[in-house]
Amino acid sequence: MINGLNLLFQFLDSFAFVVLAAAGLAIIFGIMGVINLAHGEFIMLGAYATTLASVRLGLPLVAAMLVGMVVTALFGLLVERVIISGWAPNWLGQRLVGRDLMEPLYDRLADSMVATWGLSLIMVQGVRITLGNSLDQIGTPLGNIAYGGFSYSMYRVVLSGVALGVLVLAYLVFTRTEFGMRARATIQDEDTARALGVDTERTYAATFVIGSGLAGLTGALYAPTVTMVPGLGGSFLVEAFVAVVVGGPSVVLGTALAGGFLGGINALVSNLLGTTAGRIALLVTAIVMIRFLPDGITGFVERVRARRQEGGA
Amino acid sequence: MATETGAGRTDSEPSGLLGRVRGRLEGPNTIGNSRAYWAGFAVAVAALLVYPYIVGAYQASRFSLFLVYAFLGLSLSVVWGYAGVLSFGQVVFFGVAGYTFGVVSVNFATPAGITGAFLVGIGGGALVAAVLGYFMFYGGVRDVYVTIITLVSTLVLHTFMAQTAGDQWTIGEAALGGFNGMPTIPNLAFGVGGAALVISDVMFYYLVLVLLVATYLGLRVLVNSDFGRVMVAVREDEDRTRMFGYDVRRAKLLVFTLGGALAGLSGVLYAAWGNYVSPGVFELAFASLPVVWVSIGGRDTLLGAVAATVGIEFFRNSLGGEWAFVTVGALLLVSILGLPGGVVPWLDRTYRNLRGGGTTPPTETTDSTDPEVTEA
Repeated sequence: MINGLNLLFQFLDSFAFVVLAAAGLAIIFGIMGVINLAHGEFIMLGAYATTLASVRLGLPLVAAMLVGMVVTALFGLLVERVIISGWAPNWLGQRLVGRDLMEPLYDRLADSMVATWGLSLIMVQGVRITLGNSLDQIGTPLGNIAYGGFSYSMYRVVLSGVALGVLVLAYLVFTRTEFGMRARATIQDEDTARALGVDTERTYAATFVIGSGLAGLTGALYAPTVTMVPGLGGSFLVEAFVAVVVGGPSVVLGTALAGGFLGGINALVSNLLGTTAGRIALLVTAIVMIRFLPDGITGFVERVRARRQEGGA
Repeated sequence: MATETGAGRTDSEPSGLLGRVRGRLEGPNTIGNSRAYWAGFAVAVAALLVYPYIVGAYQASRFSLFLVYAFLGLSLSVVWGYAGVLSFGQVVFFGVAGYTFGVVSVNFATPAGITGAFLVGIGGGALVAAVLGYFMFYGGVRDVYVTIITLVSTLVLHTFMAQTAGDQWTIGEAALGGFNGMPTIPNLAFGVGGAALVISDVMFYYLVLVLLVATYLGLRVLVNSDFGRVMVAVREDEDRTRMFGYDVRRAKLLVFTLGGALAGLSGVLYAAWGNYVSPGVFELAFASLPVVWVSIGGRDTLLGAVAATVGIEFFRNSLGGEWAFVTVGALLLVSILGLPGGVVPWLDRTYRNLRGGGTTPPTETTDSTDPEVTEA
C-alpha cells in the first residue's frame, strides 16, 4: 500500500516534469516547424529570473515566478524577431545593402536546430560569465506531507496540478480562441490561411512568445527544486524533446499522453532499479517508440481512426 | 559509366596515369577540380608536414588533436552532407570506439595487442553504427526522427557510462571508471613481438596527418564514384531514387556504417592521443560539435569539413577562457543564418565568379554546378 502510494507520487512527479518541460517546445515545434534546441536555456532563464527576483529584489515567490515567465516571454519575442523570422537582420539589410540578409527559419528543421544550438551555447556561457557558476537558491515552499514512514514534498504534488492546468489551458487556447483557430489554420495549410487573411507571421511570433513564456513558467516553477547552475536546462531539454516526438502531431493531447506514458515508465523503473535506470528506460522507450510509431502516439491514433472510418463507409 | 567518371574534369590530359588518377578524384560532388586547387592542396600538405619543425613538438602534439577531430567532421560530412542523414550521434561511435580501444589495449598492453585494439575499436564504432542504422533505416525512420534517435542514443550512453564507477564495471583489468573515465590508456603502437613501433608526440602527428590525407582522398574517390552519385540522389530525393530501382535503405545503411567507422577511427586516435576517455565524449556539448564544424564549413564538401574542424578547434583552443563558447556560438549563428550553405562553398563560388569575370551567373545550388561551364 505504502509502496503503491510512493509509486503514485513518483509518477505524478515524472508526469509533471515531462509535461512542463515539453509544453513550450511542443507548441513551437508543432506550429512553426522550428526545433528550439535552446529550449532548455529558456527554462534556465525563467528559473534564474525567478530566483534573482526573489532573492535580490525580495519579491514574494508567486510574483517572482510571474517575473520569470514574463522575462522569458519577452526574451522569446526578441529571439523570434532577430533569429527565427529574421525580421531585424533583414530590416537592417534593407537599409544598409538593399537586400534581405537571411531567410526565416520556419520549417527548416536542421537549420533551426543548428542556429538555436548556437544560441544555447551563448546563453549558457553568457550566464556563467555574468552570474558565476552557481546562485543562491530559494527554499522549497509548502513543507512536506507525511504518511507511514515516508514524507513527500507538498510542492511537488502542487506541480503536477499545475502541469494539468497548463494542459487544460493550452487546450482551451487552441480550441476556443481566435488565436487558436488562426494557429491551427496555419499548421494545416499556411498558404490558404494567408490567402484567407491570417497574418501568419504574426501568428508565428505570438506562438514563439507563448512557447517561450511556458518555458519560463517551467523554469520558474522548478527554480526552488533544482540546483541553480547555468547548465540546468540540459536536463529538461532531453525529456522535452523525447516527449514531443513520442507525442506526435497533436500538440496538447500528444504532450499529455507522452507525459503519462513516459512518466509512468520512468516512475516504475526508478522505483524498482534506481533513478539512472529510470532515465535510461525512458530514453530507450522513446527510441523504440519512434522506431515503431514514427508519427507519435497521436499520429497512430489518427491513422487507426481514419482506417476505421474508411472501413465503415 | 567509365565515360561519365571524367565528366567533371576540366583541364587535364585525357590519358596517362595522372589523368586517370585525377579523373577518379574529381567530379561534380567535390569542390576543387582544377590544377590550381591541387597546387594549393600540395602546398597545404607541405605546410602541415613542416609544421612540427616550426612550432616544436609540444605544439605539434596539441595540433594533432584537431587533425584527429577532422575524421569525426568527415564522418558527419559523408553521412549528412552527402547522404542527407543528419546524425547527432557520431560521438556515439567515436566514444564506443574510444572505450573499446581503451578496454582492449589495457588488457593486452603489448604492441600486437594494441594493434588489435586499434582495429577492434574502429570495428566497434562501425558495428554500433550498422546495428543502429539497420534498426532505423530498415524500420522506415526518416528525416528529423533519425536525428532525434541518434541524439537520444548519445544521452543513453552518457547516462549509462557516467554510472560505471563501481568494481562491477571492470572488464578484465580495465575499469570503466564512471564519471572519471579511463585514465591509463596506453599510446598507440604497431607491430608484432620484437618489431614494435610505439607512436607518440611528433610521430603521432605524422601518423594522423598521413591517415587524414589518405582518408580525404579516398572519400573524394568514393563520393565521385557511382555509389557517391547514389548517395547524393538519396539526399536530393529519396522517393525518386527508390523509383529508379536503387535500394535506398541499403545505401543509407552502408553510408551510416562507413560514417561509424570514420568516427570510430577518430575515437581510437582520440583515446590514444590523451591516453584517456570519459563520458564527456557523450555529452550534448561535444555531440553538437561535429554539427557545428560541418555546418560552418559547408556540409556537402569534404574539404569544408576538414578545414572547418581544424580551423574552429584551433581557434577555440587558442582563444581559451570563458569567451570561447560565446564566440563559437555566435559564429555558428551568423554562419547558419547568413551562409546556410557553408563558408567553403561560398569561397569557392566567389573565387570562380572572380576568375570567370562575372560571365557565369551565380548558382544557387551547391551541388549541381558544372565546372566545365564555369571554366569555359
